Amino acid sequence: MKLTFSIQGSDFTHAGYPSSEVKKVLKQLDIDGKTIKKIVIALYEAEVNVVAHAWKGTATIEIEENKISMLLEDEGPGIPDIDLAMQAGYSTASKEVRDMGFGAGMGLPNMKKNSDELIIESEVGKGTKVKMVNYF
Amino acid sequence: MKVSDLVDELGLTVYSGAKGLDREITGGYVSDLLSDVMGNSREGQVWITLQVHQNVMAIASLKDLAAVVLVNNFQPHENTIRHSNDENIPVLGTCLPTFEITGKFYQLFKQ
Repeated sequence: MKLTFSIQGSDFTHAGYPSSEVKKVLKQLDIDGKTIKKIVIALYEAEVNVVAHAWKGTATIEIEENKISMLLEDEGPGIPDIDLAMQAGYSTASKEVRDMGFGAGMGLPNMKKNSDELIIESEVGKGTKVKMVNYF
Repeated sequence: MKVSDLVDELGLTVYSGAKGLDREITGGYVSDLLSDVMGNSREGQVWITLQVHQNVMAIASLKDLAAVVLVNNFQPHENTIRHSNDENIPVLGTCLPTFEITGKFYQLFKQ
């Protein structure tokens, strides 16, 4: 099964919609609750990163018998130093985004902690690709 | 303990999501950082915060929280109320600051 969502930069009103839809589908498929929780955390954080930092992007979710693959591709500023971005507490979020309670430098660590595989590719000035895989 | 018991005992305002007042409470979580709540809160907890925008409800729903309590008389945004009613997750309010309402909730919950 394949689900595709478009994500608009700065549009916080719809942040969480893809995660919510994926959660519903996984529940219907009777996937273990603990696994669903991890997937939802990882996907939500990835979504919020696109909204908070990029101009626009897409989330492509592929659910197979034994795993879920989540690909988030955005057009945006990119990440100059991925290792630095992965550090807990490091953030480049705007003041506006921080005032909402985002941008505390916990997003990428949350994604790493809650996915079985995480690959980040980024090109400065062009965009970022994040691929996460969780096994059922 | 149900959310309605908490409302009665602590004199909380019910802004929205009244259909969820019979949700069972498993504990509480206190934070204004959304990723912290996303990563560390548990199903059935009551979330005490000063954040009032609708992303609070996205998280409450994704994490299956029992209710959200807004401190210091903060009012929920319109979208927050709508989302709360859609999801049947109550948004509650208190005039007390975070420290005081958390202390009262903790005492009540540990009884």
